[in-house]
Amino acid sequence: MAKIKFKLNGELKEIDTDPSRRLLDVLRDDFNLTGPKEGCGEGECGACAVLMNQEIVNSCSVPLANVLDKEIVTIEGFSKTKRYEVIKDAFAKAGGVQCGFCTPGMIIATESLLNKNLNPTDFEIKIGLSGNLCRCTGYNLIIEAVKIASKTGEGLW
Amino acid sequence: MKDISIPINKVDNEDKCSGKAMYVADYKIEGMLYAFTVRSSIAKGEILKIEYPVLPEGYFIVDHRDVPGKNIVKVIYDDMPVFTSGKITYLYEPISLIVGPKKEVLNDLLKQVKISYQEEEPAFDWTDSVVHYHFDKGDGLNAFRGLDRIEYNYETSYQEQAYIETQGFIGYPEEDKVTLVGSIQCPYYVKNAVIQALGAAEDKVRIIQATVGGAFGGKEEFPSLIGCQLAVAISKIKKPIQLIYEREEDMLVTTKRHPSRVNFVGYIKNNRIYGLKAVVGIDGGANIGLSGVVLSRALIACTGAYSIEHLDISGDVFRTNTVPNGAFRGFGAPQMFFAVEMFFEHVAKRLKLDSLKFKLNHLARQNDFTSTMGIFRDPVLMPEMVEKVIKESDYIKKRKDYEDSSFKGIGMSLFFHGCGFTGSGEQNHIKAKVKLKKDQDKVYILIAAVDMGQGVKTSFRKLVAHILDIDIERVIFDNPDTDFVPDSGPTVASRTMMIVGGIVARAAKEVKERFNEETFTVFKQYEQPEYIKYDEASFKGDAYPAYSWGVNVVEVEVDKDTYQVNIKKTWSVYDIGKAIDERIVMGQADGGLAQGLAYGYLEVMNHKRGKIMQKNMTDYIIPTAMDMCPMETYLFENPYAYGPYGAKGVGELSLIGGAPAVAMAIEQAIKKKVFKIPVTPEYIMELINNGEN
Repeated sequence: MAKIKFKLNGELKEIDTDPSRRLLDVLRDDFNLTGPKEGCGEGECGACAVLMNQEIVNSCSVPLANVLDKEIVTIEGFSKTKRYEVIKDAFAKAGGVQCGFCTPGMIIATESLLNKNLNPTDFEIKIGLSGNLCRCTGYNLIIEAVKIASKTGEGLW
Repeated sequence: MKDISIPINKVDNEDKCSGKAMYVADYKIEGMLYAFTVRSSIAKGEILKIEYPVLPEGYFIVDHRDVPGKNIVKVIYDDMPVFTSGKITYLYEPISLIVGPKKEVLNDLLKQVKISYQEEEPAFDWTDSVVHYHFDKGDGLNAFRGLDRIEYNYETSYQEQAYIETQGFIGYPEEDKVTLVGSIQCPYYVKNAVIQALGAAEDKVRIIQATVGGAFGGKEEFPSLIGCQLAVAISKIKKPIQLIYEREEDMLVTTKRHPSRVNFVGYIKNNRIYGLKAVVGIDGGANIGLSGVVLSRALIACTGAYSIEHLDISGDVFRTNTVPNGAFRGFGAPQMFFAVEMFFEHVAKRLKLDSLKFKLNHLARQNDFTSTMGIFRDPVLMPEMVEKVIKESDYIKKRKDYEDSSFKGIGMSLFFHGCGFTGSGEQNHIKAKVKLKKDQDKVYILIAAVDMGQGVKTSFRKLVAHILDIDIERVIFDNPDTDFVPDSGPTVASRTMMIVGGIVARAAKEVKERFNEETFTVFKQYEQPEYIKYDEASFKGDAYPAYSWGVNVVEVEVDKDTYQVNIKKTWSVYDIGKAIDERIVMGQADGGLAQGLAYGYLEVMNHKRGKIMQKNMTDYIIPTAMDMCPMETYLFENPYAYGPYGAKGVGELSLIGGAPAVAMAIEQAIKKKVFKIPVTPEYIMELINNGEN
């Protein structure tokens, strides 16, 4: 057991737990944040993606010890931002949401990409989304959503 | 009034984007236990003895002795036990559940279970035929005498649905009633299976659909198995329990697309395939389940999008000691369309004819007989659709250019999908029922159709709102709950909009007529169009009420050193009758084609002595954003009289043409005939070294 302090969706948290636990389990079980999903449990599918110090990580592959003094933002936190509204509207417009299981992760990936590069090329978008699997859409509609967000979100990133 | 096809925002976007949508793993119930599955470690034999570790307080074993009703999972063919009572027929067959409050403890207990077996030699070759079908058309074999024959063999392997959300349920008891909440396509399949397993009265079982994170057929019949197991555990332990698979377990034990082998002999007269003999085999795995129905859909599609006068068609489901195979988007059609499209290509080549002209010469036309002597009653727009795809893709020029260049190719597939259940399934087995309830200013859609991502919630609310000419916010459609919705049938077979939507549209018209009444319910049942007559035993008659049609063109480059396939672009044209929402249909078009293309060149799954060798998303490669190419899609309207606004089936059609189109493009790129999918770099190397030109 160890005390781990970190910032979660803007609030300082401290929990006393086994530091080898997966961040995903802590988010879902201890904080009831079920937006991050478990798709594969081995860092391959991106359904559990969250932001750690603004970088996308797969929370199923992050032991809680690594979160010490870091800032974590899940889809629940991100969905309160203006950037989220822009991305969500873009996903709706492009038809990028089907079953929705990958969608929170895809939105986190979009934020992580646009945060670094507001005008990504098609190829850069594909690289940005390549850690997130989607079985429903064939990706083009999601790529289109990122393009729309990058256009309509000017000034926000 | 606005054209119904004009897209609207999906009604569930907000919840799915923000992470609020509740999938089964997101439900938490106070005091919920977890269930882990004890499985066999051999592929065939008898259990001699099971030694369980001493269970801590609050932990339980649930096995076949706890099944109060019939120890058989009710599917179309009832041959799968809820828990085996001793006989093992495939590796990792479920034996029992260990249930308790702590996952770590359950994991430890699972490792300590000792099972001894009387092992038998498992069967992996395809010799044990458990379903055999045969039918002919025209003069059958007699028509073939004295004609030149051309023979080829085709093979397809497994495909895994790879929904991103794994299989699972949670459930809880309420006095003597069991409620399950699950990731499912067919609430009433699960309900009826659980009733049989528990020997319970109908009102003692309740099934609720959670938000479904992808299904693609994988959550058609498999959930009935684990639903029964969980229901048995709940009725024994009387506590809420969660049974959710991790990815590895899901990949190793859930149903997959049937591997297939097709032997075609074409009999040639005047440069046409005058007669066709087909011998088809599919690997059913350890149980029959849906395999017979999959086989019949495959056999009926044996002539592809073409008319052939004389047929002799036979097929078998072979039982092997491998994981049971089952439903997957397309349901036998993807296997057959791969084989038949390649066969037409290869026959044209042997006859030194242009393959596109050869195909167009055989194309089925309106009023032609189908393979089962049904009739293509509606207009067939394929010639115009082919013309469109040629124009958009520049197919003719590219096809010619790539004949002289190496490692570039373009391929075209022509295909259809029979919409709805095969044969008289709708009338005899399903008998779909729907209810619309008007209460004050709201209208409630009460059906068992599941939104698994394909947009049912949006398109049905839109359909009813459009007919009633009211705001979509006034039309309510919640996830199906069997305590409240009638059985409108399973969410399968590209039937939901065409069949269930057709009944809902009829009900909505009645609601409209009575709209000034405050509160009332309209009940409607499926009425089979009079012309549909089908005899299942002889394969004679109209196997489907309507057909959706498609053309795919795929352009590829193959790396000359690594033989990696790079898809440059695709062009598609579909006739789905009428789009209820064009953006949703485009989503189905893209997603289905992505799965179809990947089936053709990317997704490798196989077994070694009954053990599936790909056990996670790292081993089993599905496309990532990096693998995708631009896709152009065009829709042709061709309204079907009994579909709402003319709509026909969409969901499965878009998967079917991908594999043959990509395989033909690769064939042109490497100048060697392709006979099996997936066309991997290893297979390309084999073809380049030893293949047929």
